[in-house]
Parts: sequence; C-alpha cells; structure tokens
Amino acid sequence: MTATVPTTAALALGDDALVLSHRLGEWAGHAPVLEEEVALANIALDLLGQARALLSMAGDEDELAYLREERAFRNLQLVEQPNGDFAHTIVRQLYFSVHQHLLYTELAAGDGPFAPLAAKAVKEVAYHRDHAEQWTLRLGDGTEVSHDRMTRACDALWRFTGEMFQPVAGLDTDGAAMEAAWLESVGDVLRRATLTVPEGPRGGAWSAGAGRQGLHTEPFGRMLAEMQHLHRSHPGASW
Amino acid sequence: MVTTTATPLEAELLSLAGSVPDPELPVLTLRELGVVRAVHLRGTDAVEVDLTPTYTGCPAIEAMSVDIERVLRGHGMRRVTVRTVLAPAWSTDDITDEGRRKLREFGIAPPRVRRDPGPVPLALGPSRTRATASEASEMSEISGAPEPVRCPHCGSADTELLSRFSSTACKALRRCLVCREPFDHFKEL
Repeated sequence: MTATVPTTAALALGDDALVLSHRLGEWAGHAPVLEEEVALANIALDLLGQARALLSMAGDEDELAYLREERAFRNLQLVEQPNGDFAHTIVRQLYFSVHQHLLYTELAAGDGPFAPLAAKAVKEVAYHRDHAEQWTLRLGDGTEVSHDRMTRACDALWRFTGEMFQPVAGLDTDGAAMEAAWLESVGDVLRRATLTVPEGPRGGAWSAGAGRQGLHTEPFGRMLAEMQHLHRSHPGASW
Repeated sequence: MVTTTATPLEAELLSLAGSVPDPELPVLTLRELGVVRAVHLRGTDAVEVDLTPTYTGCPAIEAMSVDIERVLRGHGMRRVTVRTVLAPAWSTDDITDEGRRKLREFGIAPPRVRRDPGPVPLALGPSRTRATASEASEMSEISGAPEPVRCPHCGSADTELLSRFSSTACKALRRCLVCREPFDHFKEL
C-alpha cells in the first residue's frame, strides 16, 4: 500500500472529472445529433468513473460530491464553465482533454498513488482528446458560421487555461513542461483547423489558480444546486 | 495466510467466477473478457475475487460483482468479497481469441490487437479549405498503420466510422460499405 494519499490532489483531479462529467451530462436530450449525444454521455461516464475513484481516495464519494459547499470544491474554473453552444463545449473539451492526457500520461509513468488510475484512464482520455480534436478540425475548417463560433469559443475560454498548470500539492509534475507541451499540441490543432491561437492573457490576477483555492465563477453555484438538490432533499434516497 | 500459487479449490472458484456471463454482452463470459484477475481463499469458506473494470466508469462492474457473489455462494462460499483492482490496467488485448470469435458472431467487430492502445487515426472528409484530408496519413506515422476494421457480417474491410462512441463507451459505430449494414466495433483500449 502507498503510505498516504495526497488528499488535496485527489480532490483537485476528482472535482475536475466530476464537474466536467456533470456539464457534459447536461447535453443529454440537447445534442445536435443522436451520435453526438451518445458520445458526450459516454465521455461523461468515463469522467464520472474517474471521479468516483479519485474522490474515494479522499473520503466518501457521495458526501464529497453531494454535501460540500461551493467553496470546498477544488476543480478548475475551466470545467465549470457553462456548455454554451456546441463549439463552446468542443473547445472546452479540447483545452481540458489535452491537459488531462498530458497529466495522466505523466502520472501513469510514475509510481505515486495516482499511477494505477492514471494508467487506466489515460487510454480513455486519449479517445476524448481524439474526439475533441476531430471536431475542432471539422468545425474550425467547416462553414463560415462554424468557424466564427469556434473562434469565439477559443477566445472566450482561453483565459481559463493558465490555471491548469499551477502546482497542486501532492502532484509531482512539471507544470512548465506540461504547459509548453499543451501550447504546442493545442496550437497545432487550432492552426490545422484554420483557427487562430488566441493571444489574450491566460488567467488574470483574479482567476489564476482560483478554482483550486475554492473560488469559482458564478455559474458554478447554479450547477451545484442542480447536481446536489436531489441528495440534499432526500438524504439516503436510492433507486 | 499467504499463498503464491492457487490451490485446486481456488482454481475451481476462479473458473466458476469466470463462467459468469457479461451483463451487457451475455455471449461473452467474464473469463473471455479477461476481467477476473484472481481468486484468493480466506479460510475455508470465505473468498476474495479480484475484478478489473473495462472502463473506469463501466456501470456493469456492479452487476458483475453481484453475479460472481451469487455463483460462488451457490458453491458453498459463505463470504464473497469482490475487489475492484485497477492495475495493471485492462486492455482489449485481454479478450481471449474465443471471446473475439463470439463477439464477431454476435455482430460486433472485435478489437484489433495492438501494441499501442488508444484512438485509431481517421481521415476527415473534405472541409472548407481542403479537398481531401491529410490528417490520416500524418497521424498513421505516429501510431503505425493499423489493420482495417472488418465488417462482422460480410467480412469486408471496406467500412467507415459513423461515431466514435456508440451504445456503450467501449464501442464505436461503423457501417460496412459493401453490405451497407451498420455495426458496433469494440474499440481498442
């Protein structure tokens, strides 16, 4: 057995997976085509599986998911951003899945407490990344409308991407190297998709690392209210 | 109690646990799927089973655990504990040859055996600025050109991807361009 589980890191990674899973689940019944509805739900399910494993390392998964207040969540602000239009969701997927793929690849190669899960999940995340990259190419290099929407989404979410590379207590990863690899990969996909790599700041003074410290953006509270409402209204309810 | 090799009873219980059908693909047994890792006797009538999930979030794992418990209790075990183990990570290469044959007969193209699991690169259709996509040739250099996915109905290698994610996370939806039948493909993981 590994001696101690770094709770801070388990919560950070677990909350990223949980919150993004919930956001993707919101597409059920609303996706542009049936195949995509199924795809987003499947990606959400993969993330939920990761979240369960990670949160269970930090405590009771249900209590952590359903009974924590907003300020106790440690997820990135990127993953809590509302779905927006389909382009917005795809860009959020691109930014996050490339990051998660790089992170899990590094964790899987080590011998820390996250290595077994990372080794398993990195293979799933490779499909999430592929899904996001293929849609980015398709939409960026699609019609005028899809190109414009993708451009707007890339710009709007860009400022949340710096937070992904802030150090997390308990994760022995090289943030600077990962950020360079991320910029190269995402830049390459965007350029191939005829999109412009945004130039704006990646996390201002108010937002850099704030999700990891428990500061969240306004839409997150409403998402949590919906996610936790059933459990809080009917404690211990089961199907 | 520390044992390094399985006792005859453990081997028998492992075989029983492995004979449980997969809840989603009942043509396959858990042994053919490669998800039952080990069985450890604890005393005379208590047993621990190591089960590994196909996907981290696979909801079938709970049904599998219940089914294994039922079968082993029926074989005289008083206490059955099913543990979920993640390492080493399950791969579609763990599906036996018999399992692959059954998948094909069931109408699901089996996963191809690969040394480097992960997404298989695919070509995009024409786009706004490109008459034909060159992504496939670029990417196949990275991962090595994989063998084609064959139609489980007519055997043709001429098939196209409809969706990367199908009825479950582990499958993709494809269509045969020869017999025109759509079919599920068990993705390489």
